[in-house]
Amino acid sequence: MPSSLEELQHLSDKIRLYTLKELENLGFGHYGGSLSIVETLAVLYGGMMKYDPISPKWEERDYFILSKGHGGPALYATLFIKGFFDETFLYSLNKNGTKLPSHPDRLKTPGVDMTTGSLGQGISVATGVALSHKLSNKPNYTFAIVGDGELNEGQCWEAFQFASHHKLSRLIVFIDDNKKQLDGLTKDIIDPIDFGPKFKAFGFYTLKVNGSSVGEIYHAVEKAKTQSDKPVAIILDTIKGQGVPYLEQLESNHHIRPSEQDHQAITTAIKELELRTGVKA
Amino acid sequence: MNSINTSYELDHIEMRQVYANTLLHLAQQNPDIIGLEADLMSAITTNKIIKEIPNQLINCGIMEANMIGVAAGLSLTGKIPYLHTFGQFATRRAYDQLFVSCNYAKLNIKILGSDAGVTAEHNGGTHMVFEDLALTRIIPGATVIEVSDASMLRNLLTQVEKIYGFHYMRTIRKNAVKLYNSDETFEIGKGKVLRDGNDITIIATGIMVAEALQASDMLEAKNINAAVIDLFTLKPIDRELIIHYAEKTNHIVTAENHNIIGGLGSAVAEVLSEHRPTKMKRIGINEQFGQVGKTDYLKEVYGLTKEHIYLQCLEQLDINK
Ligand SMILES: Cc1ncc(C[n+]2csc(CCOP(=O)(O)OP(=O)(O)O)c2C)c(N)n1
Ligand SMILES: [Mg+2]
Repeated sequence: MPSSLEELQHLSDKIRLYTLKELENLGFGHYGGSLSIVETLAVLYGGMMKYDPISPKWEERDYFILSKGHGGPALYATLFIKGFFDETFLYSLNKNGTKLPSHPDRLKTPGVDMTTGSLGQGISVATGVALSHKLSNKPNYTFAIVGDGELNEGQCWEAFQFASHHKLSRLIVFIDDNKKQLDGLTKDIIDPIDFGPKFKAFGFYTLKVNGSSVGEIYHAVEKAKTQSDKPVAIILDTIKGQGVPYLEQLESNHHIRPSEQDHQAITTAIKELELRTGVKA
Repeated sequence: MNSINTSYELDHIEMRQVYANTLLHLAQQNPDIIGLEADLMSAITTNKIIKEIPNQLINCGIMEANMIGVAAGLSLTGKIPYLHTFGQFATRRAYDQLFVSCNYAKLNIKILGSDAGVTAEHNGGTHMVFEDLALTRIIPGATVIEVSDASMLRNLLTQVEKIYGFHYMRTIRKNAVKLYNSDETFEIGKGKVLRDGNDITIIATGIMVAEALQASDMLEAKNINAAVIDLFTLKPIDRELIIHYAEKTNHIVTAENHNIIGGLGSAVAEVLSEHRPTKMKRIGINEQFGQVGKTDYLKEVYGLTKEHIYLQCLEQLDINK
């Protein structure tokens, strides 16, 4: 059963903490896009999704596909907290010979349902998973997160047409609308105009929430689960680098190799999160 | 024979800076040159030149297949697109567009595929391209190049402006070992003999050229005289040069940061098996996918080192280590 909102907030703080610790341990990585999905992961892994860390391939689980694969570090922090693997494993991120690569790999990491990293592909796979469950009359949900930049890819919109045509109502797609892609603002590169009307026009049950609010995300998923004839799009209004004010304000925050100044700000954020979560340094 | 640098030190300038600087220079001379990018400008540093050529450099967003179609449209109307993205997105991701819109339609398009092979480092298996040369090589009429240093990249980017057709150029993103002087000349379709030799010939491309030269130093210490060729053009291939060195040395070893199926090793084997059957060994990626790791580590994992070339040459010559 879903936890209380306080518990979800606590989980979200912990995911943010371990995402930062993991990236700081490595010394570089996709900070911005990892941080903007933390609250959503907290809601999913904090009760909205069925899974079993002891038996990650449990057939009755819900599926999760991180289509914007470069957010891997946030997913890994979540899987660690939920007991899929231990802390040493978490800090092997991107080390030579690791089982925790930048981009999720289903063959390497327990709890990773699908290999992603080439943007646009994960969402098609999620659609296939949802179709399969529908064809077999199975109740499993499929959750996917796509980036707002990722939605440049035509393949995403092929997947959406398909999902809508096949009425894949147990497919719940989160759009991490953090307003930035790799080179800058989405509105300057490929202006998305407004995702809401687009998803509605594509036949999705469309909701828009504050993506830094576990409560809003939680209620959106709850609502999404009550309807049964359309795939669901939950547009997350987020900030790239979310939850770490310094990183939110950093202009170029997609992939960071922190400077001394960046390190200090991130270390401060880590300390604050440690205090708040009661996790000892 | 070419005069080359034998200090095997990294050039001070990165390959990506060479691309950005050369593109800027060419675009300022010729208004028909249009640079295209797919949300990887900051990776290749063309974000630093966009202010100077705002109408000749377009960030297409994360839509590689569309970008390649757009390039074809630009070419159809007389423009000369110079397009960059990581090699796997330029080839694997948008192959039918590359095949039909660019090549079957015979248009004039220059593509730079960056982050060659293991140098994709921490982007890992999804991003590590060992197939781009194979995929482009089988397209009729395509010119396929893997550059080995900054002087070569600058020279060839400039040359291809004047040659109508599809050119695929593979490069690493950061600093390459400096091999050639800045005034060196290059002819597309002609390999560079960097070192002459009588006992065995090492034919290499890209980052493996510097490894091959160092392997030949190691062989020299064993009194084995190895020739080294930088065969930067995979297509059209320098058939005469390959046959000449097969005749001269009787043994050929190829070394590439790419799958041995379809790349340099295959290309050389195709020439030799038809024209001058020769015992050879192919060093490169063999039935494996990429993975994350530092370049030096990955070079060890996949056998892309001077030591491995050295040992393979000894084995080829039946000499005990
Ligand atoms: C097909 C493909 N093209 C390019 C890239 C390189 N790349 C990785 S992340 C990224 C930007 C993604 O932007 P967005 O989806 O908005 O992610 P976020 O802002 O959440 O980090 C790009 C271009 C890729 N991984 N896959
Ligand atoms: Mg984004």
